[in-house]
Amino acid sequence: MSLSPTVTDLAQLKDRPAVARLMAWKSEAVQGAKFDRDELSIYVGRDLIREACALLQSDAATKFNFLSDITCVDLYPSEPRFEICYHLLSHTRKERVRLKVKLAGDDPSVESITSVWSGANFFEREIFDLFGIRFLNHPNLRRILMPDDWEGHPLRKDYPVEGYR
Amino acid sequence: MPLPGIATLDVTENTMILNMGPQHPSTHGVLRLLLEIDGETVVRMVPDIGYLHTGIEKTCEAKFYQQVVVLTDRIDYLCPMTNNLCYVLAVEKLLGMEIPPRAQWMRVMLNELTRIASHLVWLGTHALDIGAMTVFLYCFREREEILRIFEMVSGQRMMTSYFRVGGLAMDAPLGFFEKVKKFVDIFPSRVDEYEGLLTGNRIWIERLKGVGHLSAEDAIALGMTGPALRASGVDWDLRRDIPYTGYENFKFKVPVSQDGDVWARYVGRVRELRESIGIVKQALEGMPEGRIKADAPKVVLPDREKMKTQMEALIYHFKIVTEGFTVPAGEVYQAIESPRGEMGYYIMSDGTAKPYRVHMRSPSYANLQALNKMCEGRLIADVVAAIGSIDIVLGEIDR
Repeated sequence: MSLSPTVTDLAQLKDRPAVARLMAWKSEAVQGAKFDRDELSIYVGRDLIREACALLQSDAATKFNFLSDITCVDLYPSEPRFEICYHLLSHTRKERVRLKVKLAGDDPSVESITSVWSGANFFEREIFDLFGIRFLNHPNLRRILMPDDWEGHPLRKDYPVEGYR
Repeated sequence: MPLPGIATLDVTENTMILNMGPQHPSTHGVLRLLLEIDGETVVRMVPDIGYLHTGIEKTCEAKFYQQVVVLTDRIDYLCPMTNNLCYVLAVEKLLGMEIPPRAQWMRVMLNELTRIASHLVWLGTHALDIGAMTVFLYCFREREEILRIFEMVSGQRMMTSYFRVGGLAMDAPLGFFEKVKKFVDIFPSRVDEYEGLLTGNRIWIERLKGVGHLSAEDAIALGMTGPALRASGVDWDLRRDIPYTGYENFKFKVPVSQDGDVWARYVGRVRELRESIGIVKQALEGMPEGRIKADAPKVVLPDREKMKTQMEALIYHFKIVTEGFTVPAGEVYQAIESPRGEMGYYIMSDGTAKPYRVHMRSPSYANLQALNKMCEGRLIADVVAAIGSIDIVLGEIDR
């Protein structure tokens, strides 16, 4: 078994097209980056995620034309509590990148990227349903997997495994 | 309180709501569709899902890494091996593990057999929905053969759980490869039989051609993957473009069509049947000898014979079964080409023996979003054809 060490130094990663393009656009957009197990993660500022996605989608150097997946991780009890992961894929460059947004537990909201990829709709609804993250400007933010009258958000770490009593 | 979905449809004077499912036979499980119709024409469609939601992602957080394999079968019950593979690949990536070639080739072979079995269920039920009942019986005849092969190798017909983190559960039994060989020899002629029943059939052509059209731009925007994406003209297959578990050693063609309709999806999947059997054949011919488990005693269960003769092996076995194995902290996203599209596992580890977070990116979930686009302005009867053509499995949509 061999794992190469994780690279978290932004200076070493700034040559990667996705990091370079975002840095050139707005240096405050990139809050950090990580290269671990052949996967690149970029921490993006919360207010800039939609524009960052639109930029990486259309830019000729990055061409991340496809949204594979959006998911969320609850890091309870540490703060910022939530991490939203956007997995983008480039069909032409055959490369993936993961954008991450950190959200505080007392204000878990982020702008929806449905205007960039309409396929984000169901993914964001799922995260809203199971984690209680609000996606601003989402066209139809309703529960999707749980019943409409369900209380609580089951995938949160403080959600009791046997349900609320 | 209004019914879910109804509230979002503001019905005009000329339209009405038709409720289709969740018990409708052509919704492939428990999919409920709210159709706003104007006469026979569909104005809008809202899918309502969640009837099969069992919280598998939450359950995974309470299990050891090796126990999760059993849960992954249950997501998509038509292609259990694919789900097993995607999960174990993700964990192996977290561990940084090398898998012996024989295990990899067995994985490829069984994966392609799973793809064939899954496509056969799709073809049978799709034809049944549209009214060609004979095809269903033909397809299930060959699927039965594949299930027997699965039973031989894993002891189970459907919930195989055959792949393990670090390799396979056990080596193939005696007579296994002969059985697969027999199937490989006979299968292409069976595909000819299905095509004989359908491809030239005028009713079949009329019901499929030009129905449920989806452009390449829409397919990409809506997160469509798999045969349905390729039918819309996007030349993308993860097996070829981002190879995993040794797919780079195999030669196969990726069928692509520019038509983007239900017919193109049908033709593409039937061609995939032929390509898949070619991959199985290559795997049979080139199957390497050697170990089927990685050399990692703290992760992989020892062989039965060693446990009976070596104290150390017995200790490792006891520790793995009772305490699990720890995985270095980190996160990975591993995607593979399932029969339906991009199956992805996002796993986050916090360094303990249980995953901190497991997320499954199921292809049917994303593909379902495209249904509205395919059916708008079409007849209700075309909705049935469109549902069949994206090949959804509600188990993996609801998880």
